[in-house]
Amino acid sequence: MFTKEEPIRLLQEKAPQTMSGAEMTLRALLAESVDTVFGYPGGAIIPIYDALFDFKEQLNHVLVRHEQGGIHAAQGYARASGKAGVVFATSGPGATNLVTGLADALIDSTPLVCITGQVFAHLLGTDAFQETDIINITTPVTKWNYQVTEASQLPEALAKAFYIARSGRPGPVLIDITKNAQQQKFGFSEYTPCTHIRSYRPAPIVRPEYVARAAALINQAKRPFVLWGQGIILGAAEQEFLAFIEKSGIPAAWAILGAGALPTGHPLNVGMLGMHGNYGPNMLTNECDVLIAIGMRFDDRVTGRLDKYARQAQVIHLDIDPTEIDKNVATTVPVWGDCKETLPLLTELIEAKNHPAWRQRFEQFQTEEVAAVIQDELFPTSDELTMGEVIQQLNELTLGEAIVVTDVGQHQMVACRYAKFNHSRSNITSGGLGTMGFALPAAIGARFGRPDRTVVAIIGDGGIQMTIQELGTIMQTGVDVKIIILNNQFLGMVRQWQELFNDRRYSFVNIASPDYVTVASGYSISGKRVLERRELKSSLQEILNHAGSFLLEVMVTKENNIFPMVPQGCSVSEIRLR
Amino acid sequence: MTFDNREKIKIMSEQPIDSQEYNITAYTENQIGLLNRIAIIFSRRKINIESLNTSPSEIDGIHRFNIVIHETEDVVRKIAKQIEKQVEVLKVNYNTNQEVIWQEMALYKVPTDIIAEKASVERLLREYGARAVVIRRDYTVFETTGHREETDNLIEVLQPYGLIEFVRSARIAIIKHSDGFNRKLREFERTEPGSEVIENEFLNSRDKVFTM
Repeated sequence: MFTKEEPIRLLQEKAPQTMSGAEMTLRALLAESVDTVFGYPGGAIIPIYDALFDFKEQLNHVLVRHEQGGIHAAQGYARASGKAGVVFATSGPGATNLVTGLADALIDSTPLVCITGQVFAHLLGTDAFQETDIINITTPVTKWNYQVTEASQLPEALAKAFYIARSGRPGPVLIDITKNAQQQKFGFSEYTPCTHIRSYRPAPIVRPEYVARAAALINQAKRPFVLWGQGIILGAAEQEFLAFIEKSGIPAAWAILGAGALPTGHPLNVGMLGMHGNYGPNMLTNECDVLIAIGMRFDDRVTGRLDKYARQAQVIHLDIDPTEIDKNVATTVPVWGDCKETLPLLTELIEAKNHPAWRQRFEQFQTEEVAAVIQDELFPTSDELTMGEVIQQLNELTLGEAIVVTDVGQHQMVACRYAKFNHSRSNITSGGLGTMGFALPAAIGARFGRPDRTVVAIIGDGGIQMTIQELGTIMQTGVDVKIIILNNQFLGMVRQWQELFNDRRYSFVNIASPDYVTVASGYSISGKRVLERRELKSSLQEILNHAGSFLLEVMVTKENNIFPMVPQGCSVSEIRLR
Repeated sequence: MTFDNREKIKIMSEQPIDSQEYNITAYTENQIGLLNRIAIIFSRRKINIESLNTSPSEIDGIHRFNIVIHETEDVVRKIAKQIEKQVEVLKVNYNTNQEVIWQEMALYKVPTDIIAEKASVERLLREYGARAVVIRRDYTVFETTGHREETDNLIEVLQPYGLIEFVRSARIAIIKHSDGFNRKLREFERTEPGSEVIENEFLNSRDKVFTM
């Protein structure tokens, strides 16, 4: 039937619509299924914020207190949800405040699309008010960046931004939009997502002959050992990985960002790698005959001294990023490609095995580690509280179901070592860059990304003070984040190094704290301070039961050291238990 | 801590000896900012770029970088991969000097009267394959093309005759054992044509725009 509205609607659809660059930007976000944006307005991005006024129903904009908080929140959102995080910031200082988060997201392969306002195109290069050359500033810390000076370039630039951020090895992308391009009206018909860029190959072509060679090596191995990283999570290959591990019967250890890809309780999960990792995985790296690295990049915190790292082993390296292969550790068999594709091919070709004697070696080391380190850390007999027992008690309450977001330092190592993870995308921490101040905003973002899950932020007394202003974001949005401050009244990790390697010359690691409970109450956030063991479990239960955010400050022993430890410049098998 | 010469020599001799000149050839999109993205891959590692040339390639719309650095093969291989990883880079190769045909061009400005007076200078220039580009009453500009040593030698030779100015171009190199990328690139450009570079067209319109 011919209705009155029909011809008009058809005409409108056929004729190119006239739309401002700002509105088009928001429509592009919707077309890319973005539901949440973390941002902070300012002069050069006012047109986009003006358009946002009409999109309040479709797009949830979270007003943060500082752009660094905004980008860390977007990182937490991306890491928890698997979607790309989106950030709005203005030109100049707004844009430069993103730099730390961009560097963090690049090194930890987090998909982000950051949209910054820029001064008018005709003012570029004139030192205009709040002008910075953000494209050149962010070139080393972005996977890709692009400046838009005319509205008509926006659809293509934004489509490319989302495609590049999400595909292959994910990473942060920044789109800088001059104010005139935001204001300008242009004929806009349809937004087409990008699925291909001719000069960009997100994943290398899988070469079955290398998979076959890897399988042959694994089948002959007497003492094979798997190291896995975040690649499993980024590739959404948890099931494929589980199938590989269970068929091969190979013990597997994780780099910090890989935690949770295989549940903590899985019998083949033998623990954490690296400087503060578990005893067995580090010792046995130098005894295995075949080392299978999957979606990890042999960071120096994992390998220790490279010339004494797994020299006896033949190395198989599965990675989507060809630059990672042979970068730090020479590979016997490289397996290029997305592990979601390569792992099933490999599983198909390997023989089902169990390796009982070899696995027992890990258990023996574990027993030693429990006796020397873990028992006292998780079940201390001294009066003072340890960081480990807080995590242990938390495990008993959350049963490994929570998302645990950590900051950087001693508490991070304790939390990652001892927290239980039943699910992937549950351990959110700043791994490669080690950004203090990451946890509070990242936890906010994580909860927006996964509102169905409990989010617990574990933060030191140093890190919380770096981005404490984001309590304001919690106050205004009412987001539910459980904050646990492990307060040892020191910048603990640096203090530990100064104790062990600098003759206890405690240089500027003695940090004072405000009364966190009072600070929280100033932001209308419930808070509590725990000084004694008998209050610990009930307080943890209280914060988990509480409707809404809660800040719990736990006073822990001041001069505790994180062990085991691979001292810098030492081999992984020179790991110290005390 | 003492640090005598013997110690120094020992350390020097422990340094890798296989460091040499490498010619890195990169095929890229023509994109503003890509030069910086590639340059910082070197500067981040504190590697000096000995020579850098960007030019069109045999295919319209695709650019070719020729970059010369002095490094070990291990470092060059990793760097080549890092460059190729950039979104707008199509293909990267690296070659030793033996594996390429390479040339650099140099210009020399010399007072004309001296050249006119001294026949030996003209003979010298001929020996070096130099060609006069401009001859004026006050000065003459010669051009030579060749390897670094050849163009360098001519500076030494001309110095006593009042060399006024000298400039040398970046190196350009063609890989000997390569079928080139012509066919591949041509096919590439045919199936997925590249887009034009978009520059800022507003820079000159400052007086016509009122903004705050």
